[in-house]
Amino acid sequence: MKSLADLHALREKLKKDIKLRKNEGTVIIVGMGTCGIAAGAREVMAAILDELAVRNLNDVQVRQTGCIGMCEQEVLVDVVRPGEPRITYGKVTPADVKKIIAEHVVNGRIVEDMVVGKLSQD
Amino acid sequence: MQHIRAHVLVCNGTGCKAAGAEKLMTSFEKWLKKYNLQDEVAVVPTGCHGFCEHGPLVIVYPEGTFYCRVQEKDVKDIVENHLYKGRIVERLLYHEPLTHEQVPDYSEIGFYKKQERLVLKNCGAINPEEIEEYIAVGGYEALIKAITTMTPDGVIDEVKKSGLRGRGGGGFPTGLKWGFAKQSVSDKKYVICNADEGDPGAFMDRSVLEGDPHRVLEGMAICGYAIGADEGYIYVRAEYPLAIKRLRIAIEQAEAMGLLGDNIFDSGFSFHIHIKEGAGAFVCGEETALMASIEGKRGMPRPRPPFPAVSGLWGKPTNINNVETFANVAQIIVNGADWYCQFGTEKSKGTKVFALTGKINNTGLAEVPMGITMREIIYDIGGGITDGKKFKAVQIGGPSGGCLPESMLDLPVDYDSLIAAGAMMGSGGLVVMDEDTCMVDVAKFFLNFTQSESCGKCTPCREGTKRMLEILNRITEGEGREGDIELLESLAYTIKETALCGLGQTAPNPVLSTLKYFRNEYEAHIKEKRCPAKVCEKMVGFTITDNCRGCGLCAKNCPVQAISGKPREKYVIDQAACIKCGACFSACPFKAIEKG
Repeated sequence: MKSLADLHALREKLKKDIKLRKNEGTVIIVGMGTCGIAAGAREVMAAILDELAVRNLNDVQVRQTGCIGMCEQEVLVDVVRPGEPRITYGKVTPADVKKIIAEHVVNGRIVEDMVVGKLSQD
Repeated sequence: MQHIRAHVLVCNGTGCKAAGAEKLMTSFEKWLKKYNLQDEVAVVPTGCHGFCEHGPLVIVYPEGTFYCRVQEKDVKDIVENHLYKGRIVERLLYHEPLTHEQVPDYSEIGFYKKQERLVLKNCGAINPEEIEEYIAVGGYEALIKAITTMTPDGVIDEVKKSGLRGRGGGGFPTGLKWGFAKQSVSDKKYVICNADEGDPGAFMDRSVLEGDPHRVLEGMAICGYAIGADEGYIYVRAEYPLAIKRLRIAIEQAEAMGLLGDNIFDSGFSFHIHIKEGAGAFVCGEETALMASIEGKRGMPRPRPPFPAVSGLWGKPTNINNVETFANVAQIIVNGADWYCQFGTEKSKGTKVFALTGKINNTGLAEVPMGITMREIIYDIGGGITDGKKFKAVQIGGPSGGCLPESMLDLPVDYDSLIAAGAMMGSGGLVVMDEDTCMVDVAKFFLNFTQSESCGKCTPCREGTKRMLEILNRITEGEGREGDIELLESLAYTIKETALCGLGQTAPNPVLSTLKYFRNEYEAHIKEKRCPAKVCEKMVGFTITDNCRGCGLCAKNCPVQAISGKPREKYVIDQAACIKCGACFSACPFKAIEKG
């Protein structure tokens, strides 16, 4: 390293690894109630983590939540982009994950045919 | 490679380690493996969060959930419920003592709300053994900015403008000190970081070194560039093994990345840092004694001038600052002096870290802007006095400082206001005392400390503190004489005026400040042979009340057979034979023995 710019470049690279500890960026929430786990939430979670790794999206937060009562629709996956409403997808399988991440998380286009709910953030 | 979705930050400060944090690390790894989460959850050891009372602390991100007093048996619960199922383990959350409310979020806890964490920003937030995490939060920006875009004079001007003053206690303007060292012409200069933190109850320097060692190294290197030094020493006490270990790792990592060592960033500036372990003498915190100790000599102070800036380590110009002072430097260089000046008061800029100990609910480390009142520190951050007792006094600044009474609680805390009140900032130790504390006993405790740490080189300190301690001993033993107070004062002022170094000059402060604010307690001891707080055992009598069930334990424990009675009947103490040792008082299972 020779200059401040080199240090900045290194910092940008390293920053991603601890971005998780700042509350920012897009959030994916997986329903991890007993119903969710029974319907395969762990597999969906694993698929999400794999896809994020493949796409190197390490600033996306993956959180979990408990049962919200729509057990019939499990596995439920929510996507919240900063400043946008919380979109809930139902009956998500590992096979759907690629599409949700490519369309919604990366490009901001909601995958309408899988949506079961919309919650505005305020 | 897999996406890491959660970070489990386990506090590995000395406090939390003592409370069992090391076991937590291995336990988390074990349980994460059992739930097959080891690839998606990272366990990160961090430095001290300052909330030591509630340790071991664990914070889980991205939620930022703050778990307190986590034991090994709780780990399974956190892994299964929080990390696997996404349910917060409510029983481990922090409860606000007054409202009993559960507070899941770190930043919402009362202890942290009033703090302004600049120096401690990274403590507890990053892994201190990974230079990458320090760089990721902006580390080494200041050093590289200084050596590639600023002149040494420019650096000194910025520090001068920031108003930063020495955090070791004296409060000397840091920029001015650097300027003196810069002006000295020499082929060799040194930078020394004073990490010989010796005040009873103070541990902020240790926490910074353990939690964010690179910040201190960076501050030292910037100082080296400013004054023209290429070598630095950290004088750290051997009782801080974890701090020493992390400093060694940090120096190694910084050298490997070219952030310390020869010709840093091709700027032509070289800086090497060595660690010197102190052997535990309190006087070695005094700068001239400290330098003598580094040179391999006996740690004793010498008269100044010459000041270290002119003739310091091995006779070369040397700049010495405390850990917390160096830890303030990088942010001043990055954000500018104007930014720094927004914190604090007119003559004391920035923040100060205080170590809260004693009879206070939230013991730990708190960093607050200068000018905050003592009341806010003790009640809003510290959570008030334990067991609902009444506040009596706060001892600030360690053995060199003084005791402030309740009437001074609304005093804005800065260097000058504390001096005016008869105390001093010192290193920032705060020992809170409740109504059950005897102020003469407290003065005796601190004087006993400085007396035994006196190096013996100068007569006022060697003999004077000894004589003062003798007087205090006799007062607390009920042998106080008329004129003792005046004699104490006369000795105190003489020592203050004539002792060689800071240790001696400040040693009488605890006595003088307690005499100033609690003179009536001294008088009660001397004239009435009475200890108002019922602490000085030679002056309290013990009587057995009607709560006595006649178990006989008191009589069994009495070393002089002064207690007699029949089983299942009330026992009696023979006051003439009683030596007031208090053994019966602690032995009684029915609280039937009264002190008074």
